[in-house]
Amino acid sequence: MDELRQAYIAESQELLASLDENLLTLEQNPADADALNAVFRAAHTIKGGAGIVECEYIVDFTHVLENALDSARDGRIKVDSGLIQLLLASGDQIARLLEFASDPEARPDAATLARGEELLAGLRAYSPGQAGAGGDLAAHPDAHVESSGGGMVGHDCWHISIRFGENVLREGMDPLSFLRYLAGFGEIAHLASLLDAMPAAEAMDPEACYLGFEIDFRADTSKEKIERVFDFVRDSCLLNILPPYSRVSEYVELIMSLPEDTMRLGEILVHAGAITPTELEQGLRTQSQAETGQAQTAPLGEILVEQQVVQKELVEAAVVKQAQVSDKKAQDAKLIRVHADKLDQLINLVGELVIAGASAALLAQKAKDEGMFEATSTISRLVDEIRDGALRLRMVQIGETFNRFHRVVRDVSRDLGKDIELVITGGEAELDKTVVEKISDPLTHMVRNAIDHGIESAEARIAAGKPARGRVHLNAFHESGNIVIEVSDDGGGLKRDRIKQKAIDKGLLSADAEPTDADLFKLLFEPGFSTADQISNLSGRGVGLDVVKRNIEALRGTASIDSREGVGTTMAIRLPLTLAIIDGFLMGVGKSAYVVPLDMVEECIELKQEETRTNACTNVLNLRGEVLPLIRLREYFALASRSGRRENVVVVKYAGSKAGLVVDELMGEFQTVIKPLGHIFTHLRGISGSTILGSGEVALILDVPSLITLATEFESGRRLAPALTLSNH
Amino acid sequence: MSNLVPVPANAQALALGEQQYLTFLLGGEMFAIEILNVREIIEYGALTTVPMMPDFIRGVINLRGAVVPVIDLSVRFARAPVEVTRRTCIIIIEIDNAGERQDIGVVVDSVSEVLDIPANMVEPPPTFGARIRTDFIQGMGKVNERFVIILNVHNVLSVDEMAQLSQAAQIGMPAAAPA
Repeated sequence: MDELRQAYIAESQELLASLDENLLTLEQNPADADALNAVFRAAHTIKGGAGIVECEYIVDFTHVLENALDSARDGRIKVDSGLIQLLLASGDQIARLLEFASDPEARPDAATLARGEELLAGLRAYSPGQAGAGGDLAAHPDAHVESSGGGMVGHDCWHISIRFGENVLREGMDPLSFLRYLAGFGEIAHLASLLDAMPAAEAMDPEACYLGFEIDFRADTSKEKIERVFDFVRDSCLLNILPPYSRVSEYVELIMSLPEDTMRLGEILVHAGAITPTELEQGLRTQSQAETGQAQTAPLGEILVEQQVVQKELVEAAVVKQAQVSDKKAQDAKLIRVHADKLDQLINLVGELVIAGASAALLAQKAKDEGMFEATSTISRLVDEIRDGALRLRMVQIGETFNRFHRVVRDVSRDLGKDIELVITGGEAELDKTVVEKISDPLTHMVRNAIDHGIESAEARIAAGKPARGRVHLNAFHESGNIVIEVSDDGGGLKRDRIKQKAIDKGLLSADAEPTDADLFKLLFEPGFSTADQISNLSGRGVGLDVVKRNIEALRGTASIDSREGVGTTMAIRLPLTLAIIDGFLMGVGKSAYVVPLDMVEECIELKQEETRTNACTNVLNLRGEVLPLIRLREYFALASRSGRRENVVVVKYAGSKAGLVVDELMGEFQTVIKPLGHIFTHLRGISGSTILGSGEVALILDVPSLITLATEFESGRRLAPALTLSNH
Repeated sequence: MSNLVPVPANAQALALGEQQYLTFLLGGEMFAIEILNVREIIEYGALTTVPMMPDFIRGVINLRGAVVPVIDLSVRFARAPVEVTRRTCIIIIEIDNAGERQDIGVVVDSVSEVLDIPANMVEPPPTFGARIRTDFIQGMGKVNERFVIILNVHNVLSVDEMAQLSQAAQIGMPAAAPA
């Protein structure tokens, strides 16, 4: 895909997101002019870009959409929920059309086009005066704008805008000669030279042409003849010709297409030939008079309109353009579009740098060279900062993802005939872009579930003494190196007894078991928990929740459910912030080294001999009165080495449960670049990856959550499966 | 350090149906693998064992920044594990796993030489008698009146199969880990 198309598609997708968002704002408050303008701008920019990348099918569709929006802006059609629905659907249609835009040869298939036609018909029905006539707006796009009341600009001249290409002089052409030739068969009524493209003197190339002209040309001729004047330079110039008595719409389009962005409103209007410099001067004078007279200055545009010098539409178009220019400038300063691959490469390199730095630090320590040690510690501090900075480049706020759910909630609740509001908090919490991309699907599933099965019907809610309007809450926050994302609803909650019965029926639970809520609700994530024999309120909750769980686990995260019957349900997913580098804590068992994520380490204590002796048959430790279960890594991993004289306990914490890892040696903090273990180790539990130590050896990263789960399962005897003998066949 | 084996690109030999093989010793027996699969040969050492894995997975090594698993072929063939001596080597073999390239190390007693074996000197594998699964054998090469077992690298080092075996080993794991 060429770069232009790629950029266009990326930009359009962002614009569509803002279109969606603003439409939803508009739905809440139909009088919000800013939102309407933003929608219009988005549609307009998409259309403009589509023209550049030659996707005429997008241009055609967006054009009608734009017209409808224009009428809405003028107040000629009312913004109601039907229109919003139609506009939202149109946004979706543009998204579908965009899928074809990546390939210059591709054209939308018949089904997509048919859907587009349907929407267009709907939009046309909304346009005033068109519904009855049944006129085809797409075929006569100007008809609609003409009827907008702007009428013609009182001007009997051709308007020619020309921007010469840089190479015109080099190719031996003289811009002046064209003008002379032009003057040969008509009268140049007004000519403005445009030097806006001219760079600063140092940067200027004396051989390049930076000229542009706006010409008002009075002559009895044809457009073709004027075009022929510029034949020699047609390929390298930007040429626009408007016939005499052009419609307002055409001037509007010209204003939009002018490359100059620094021109003030008045100048734009003069260049467009809509007003004369004298009129502009008067306008300016009125403005300065007003300035001395009162504090609040009316903008030049308004003054011109008041004086009835220009048509309202023209001023508006110019204002929109000015706003676009300044918006764009502000954004350009803040954002740079970077290819994700480049970022990945950088982060990989930083990863290597971290390893190399660690190895240098180790050498310095061994050599006992003061100066060297100083130097390496400075370097490692800087590397730390670079690492953090590099990782932050990939961090995005989750708010963007959350905001998309306004649409999901709106659509799903409408389908189900429920009235539901979405509350979003913690949108500023950041996490790695790769993680964000992957949680969107599971999150959608959870939100749909909450609406579909969590929140009761309005009648049931009122009967239960709750407000008729349901509420779904999306929340995110950071907790010990993880991000926690919660989807809560204030619905009926889970029916504990039913789930328990179901679990017993399915053989997931023994009849006399007394599981805790958390354990019981976890069963909902089991595959096929509720596919058969649906029980009303509980049923759907199980559909696809196993998929959610799988997706989350693939990201080294966990999912949990908390619910109170009659009050509501909260589903929480807990994810690591990044997948590349973590701060680790290094510890040794025998000759092997292991790393645990530093955020999970609570404290380290020495394991005293007498402690182990008193609790010889159990694996628990008295931690200031608290019972701390121990995992002896040496025994657990069946390591051959004998236990060292001194043992230490690393107290780790995850999601509320604590455990002590018994190790020989504490080796301190270690920046851990995560290297995935190969495909062979896919099924390995308890270890999440590996890393390379400064010495070049490989250390394994412990997966604390699954280690705790494994230990629990083992102790409760559930995993005492018959030991498998490995046969050759 | 690593003593690299030169990989001659003998186009003429290939055209004549001749194939180059790297031969190595494992438990006193001679095996061969196609040289095109071999990336390099390194000294044995600095190996990190991965717990809860079947015995044929010796562990992982750091190969210039990449973590590479190391397989004990002898255990894979249901024999005693390779004993580490001065001559023990790790052959790094490149495997194509579902379009993805992956390096796997293989521990062997010692590496012998690179041999040219013409196609007409390679016999199909016997149905039994080699005391190795027949799908591991690509053919029997005749070299100096002796047979050399040419291994089918893709079956011997099938990533999917090894992953499955390690999963099976994990189910039996707690029995191996006295608590």
